[in-house]
Amino acid sequence: MGEVRIGVYICHCGKNIGGVINPSRVAEFASKLPNVVVARDYMYMCSSPGQMLIEEDIKRHNLNRVIVAACSPRMHEPTFQGVLKKAGLNPWLLEMVNIREHVTWVHEDVPDKAEEKAKELVYAAVMRAQHLYEITIHRLPVVKSALVIGGGIAGIRAALDLANAGIKVYLVEKKQSIGGKMAQLDKTFPTLDCSKCILTPLMVDVARHPNITIYAYSEVVDVSGSAGDFKVKVRLKPTYVDWSKCTGCGYCTERCPARAPREFDEGLGTRKAIYFDFPQAVPRRPVIDPKYCLWFTKGICRACEKLCPVGAIDFNQKDRYIELNVGAIIVATGYELYDMTKLREYGYGKYKNVITGLQLERLSDADGPTKGKIVRLSDGKEPETVAIVLCAGSRDEKHVRYCCRFGCAAAIKHIYYVKHSVPEAKVFVLYTDIRAFGKGYEEFYQRLRGMDDVYFIRGRPAEIFEAKDGSLIFDVFDSNTGQLLSIKADLVVLESAVVPPKDWESLRRMLKISCDPGGFALELHPKLRPFETTADGIFLAGAIQGPKDIPDTVAHAAAAAAAAIGFLSKGEVESTPYLAVVNEDLCSGCGLCASVCPFDAIEIKEEGGRRIAKVNVIRCKGCGACAATCPSGAMQQNYFTDTQIVSEVSALAGGAK
Amino acid sequence: MGERFEPRIVVFACNWCSYAGIDLAGVSRIKYPHNVRIVKVMCSGRVHPEMVLKALVDGADGVLITGCHPGDCHYISGNYKTMRRYLLLRKLLRQLGLEERVRLEWISASEGDRWAKVATDFVEHIRRLGPLRLKEVMSAE
Amino acid sequence: MDFKKSDVEKMKDNSIDVAFINGGIRLSEHEEMVRLLRRKSKVVVAFGSCAHLGGIPGLANLYSTSELITYAFREAPTVVNPDGVTPTASYKAPEGELELPRILKYVKPLDDVIDVDYYIPGCAPTPNIIKKALDDILSGNLPPKGTVFGSSRALCDECELNKTKPEKILLKDLKRVHQVKLDLSKCYLAQGVLCLGPVTRGGCGALCIKGGMPCTGCFGPLDNVKDFGARALSFIASIIDYDDEKLAERIIEEYLPDPAGWFYRYSLPRSLVKGRYSGGGK
Repeated sequence: MGEVRIGVYICHCGKNIGGVINPSRVAEFASKLPNVVVARDYMYMCSSPGQMLIEEDIKRHNLNRVIVAACSPRMHEPTFQGVLKKAGLNPWLLEMVNIREHVTWVHEDVPDKAEEKAKELVYAAVMRAQHLYEITIHRLPVVKSALVIGGGIAGIRAALDLANAGIKVYLVEKKQSIGGKMAQLDKTFPTLDCSKCILTPLMVDVARHPNITIYAYSEVVDVSGSAGDFKVKVRLKPTYVDWSKCTGCGYCTERCPARAPREFDEGLGTRKAIYFDFPQAVPRRPVIDPKYCLWFTKGICRACEKLCPVGAIDFNQKDRYIELNVGAIIVATGYELYDMTKLREYGYGKYKNVITGLQLERLSDADGPTKGKIVRLSDGKEPETVAIVLCAGSRDEKHVRYCCRFGCAAAIKHIYYVKHSVPEAKVFVLYTDIRAFGKGYEEFYQRLRGMDDVYFIRGRPAEIFEAKDGSLIFDVFDSNTGQLLSIKADLVVLESAVVPPKDWESLRRMLKISCDPGGFALELHPKLRPFETTADGIFLAGAIQGPKDIPDTVAHAAAAAAAAIGFLSKGEVESTPYLAVVNEDLCSGCGLCASVCPFDAIEIKEEGGRRIAKVNVIRCKGCGACAATCPSGAMQQNYFTDTQIVSEVSALAGGAK
Repeated sequence: MGERFEPRIVVFACNWCSYAGIDLAGVSRIKYPHNVRIVKVMCSGRVHPEMVLKALVDGADGVLITGCHPGDCHYISGNYKTMRRYLLLRKLLRQLGLEERVRLEWISASEGDRWAKVATDFVEHIRRLGPLRLKEVMSAE
Repeated sequence: MDFKKSDVEKMKDNSIDVAFINGGIRLSEHEEMVRLLRRKSKVVVAFGSCAHLGGIPGLANLYSTSELITYAFREAPTVVNPDGVTPTASYKAPEGELELPRILKYVKPLDDVIDVDYYIPGCAPTPNIIKKALDDILSGNLPPKGTVFGSSRALCDECELNKTKPEKILLKDLKRVHQVKLDLSKCYLAQGVLCLGPVTRGGCGALCIKGGMPCTGCFGPLDNVKDFGARALSFIASIIDYDDEKLAERIIEEYLPDPAGWFYRYSLPRSLVKGRYSGGGK
């Protein structure tokens, strides 16, 4: 930019500054500093005449740096940046000196020292200003569409909210149908609503919404780009049914001769090799499971192909890939149950009559393997005694440390299932604490706890053994009564701990968002920004941020959608002025900057046989951690380069000469 | 009796917490010693130990690094990096006989009063230690 | 060239084309010799880490001269000195008074005493760098004054193992090289071994790395780095993967008990502070 020409402006701020120090003496001092062309003081620098004064000086004296010594930059930095802009200067050629909050307001009692300090701060600003340079703000238009990953209740709610706001939504679901865990539940606590009855209307709304496209039986395989302009690659897994032809009549699923364990029943029931996840599936389009289909396994049958009235069966289907371009991404991948076989002492997977809470839901559901009857899996008999074990794997250093947040309420609901199906059954609830925190939960708890033959025991079972007749025997120490009890139960229900989905980790890496110690997605702020992530344009809905029950999930999803709508409706994304910038000539590609970047904004790329750090200007938030880590000084931060900071530091350390 | 030693203290303050807290002390008219000179950075994680040493060599009698309390960093983890750099720097400074000259303090945006106390304590501490004059001392034969 | 001082003194000023000077400045005699050589030479090249940065002997700057002398002449385990004799600057012998060179308060790099034109880094300098310097100087193809021969980038740039680095290096554990069986085909730093390659000027061809040892920094800092040790310290502290102060402190206490020795192994006299502060305040 050639010769440095600095203008220095000292504000009186009425008596706020001028009543303590003499601004014209400070201006007089400043006028003699290196490259200062003009230095003035004025009553209110931020007033229109004050601003005009600077603007005219910039033009008249051909200034290319402006220093305003006034209040905190947190107050008026944007004001004076505006002045520079108006005068045709890059706003980052402004330097503010805080002589009000940091000087006159706190050193009123020592005005001489205050004035000396003001001079020194101005001196340091002049030294720093020598090294200022123009900063470019990168602007990118925002693509007004959103990707929702996961079609459970969180994804459904978020997708509907976005779509209703006029935003094009792509909903990617890995299973055959949207609906998620909520579709597997028989009833919901504390109201005992039929879960599917309240869920399926929303699923239908999603399917019918003109702004929503569902990609079921699909998964996200690559995410590139950045906030406002993500490129997402989605793999459409082969269903072996041409969904564009299929009408969902279901004829094929009825006639298919091959059977497979039904995932939707948590392995308890069976389904056909060509199947819908459940009767109300959305989209109502079947998939063929090649692991069980007789054509794929034995080269025979093809009954479905023969029967299909529209000729939709296509055994030659392969993976298909589509590219989506979206401005925002909502992650709603939900949770999985912790593997109960890891709790060896409970015998899950070894003893038939030890089941999970979700399996009990399936037993209780009319669409389930027993058509809604709760029975012992070993012999199909009605259980006389049921033990419900809370915190199975949760709040346990050996397994997961955190609370699953719905096990208590689910267990209370499960008492109801048992008593409703087998009214004379005895129910033991083995708990650590009962956390009935939600609206109506405590009342629900009190109601169920008061039922006949329901016993709450404060303790976790010791090892569970199986008796010859398939019933289960265990000891439990009740810490409420101090007694060691021996219990024999026909059915043991484990309210399992909750973990992120197995394939989440690879998606998380694609999205470049952090995780908490439990592996769940890390929110931007646990209290104030629980549905945003460190990556702009990526939002969290539901249990992927941490275990949640349905009301919390829905609230969280709606909040994520609102945040995404706000983000998308701004129209464009801007880079921070304080970007990390690399001197590529000096960069050795050591990768330490990328290691410490909290926003994963830096990538090391091969270029011309070298490794060089590259900054994503939209992801970078301008903290400067990389610049303070870079061992070779190649990484710098705009407005806070090593030279700029050090020139200020040296000036302040040495005092005005 | 000669004039009282007035130490020269360079303070690094992050934009979001500490600088705002220092501003708050001003808005609340809470007095503290004039000896502190504030250098604003966006995040304490930007403060390079090299800058701290440079301040001492160039004439500062003490350096104070301030940032958001642990867990409150506007940039998620900048202050943790600051904490680790400080721990290691302090060990180095101990070997260099300068340990007492540098401190790390967490000041939130609402802690104007705490800032005034931290500043007062540190200025008094450095006053007791006396002038550093690092460059002169280290170049003397 | 003759090495007798009187012979050199008799030479005309600027009559030596190039003087390669190695070693740091520890004694008053060193100052005298290098000033003489400067006067007689057209070009002065600081040769090796000691002349360039102060070198390993520069770590003596962590102690006072009296501590050094007491240790070296009285306390070191190999010393036998029943009378506790220590060197003095002058000594009266029967033949007359003998003068010994004075020990300086701090070890200094060469350019603290005389003007230096070029630097050949390394402990020891590698043949390729010496050859490059000689070629440049002999061909008259002189680089800008102050040039440090070597790369303008850090060692990682030329290290074969750089491409094996993971996306992020964050260390829960640090290891000394003898505590771990290094996989020689993967970045040592990523294996938790403190390799100073990222902060050290390249040009050596990563010889130590190829020999199974991490870089210890003998080529010194890059051009715009003011303090090698602070840069090394900062990057290592930044990638220690503990946000808990106690855990971070534990790993530092355990594996980095001597940051000055580690990070200023070759460069303490050329650092910002230069040694242990010897002022007593008031």
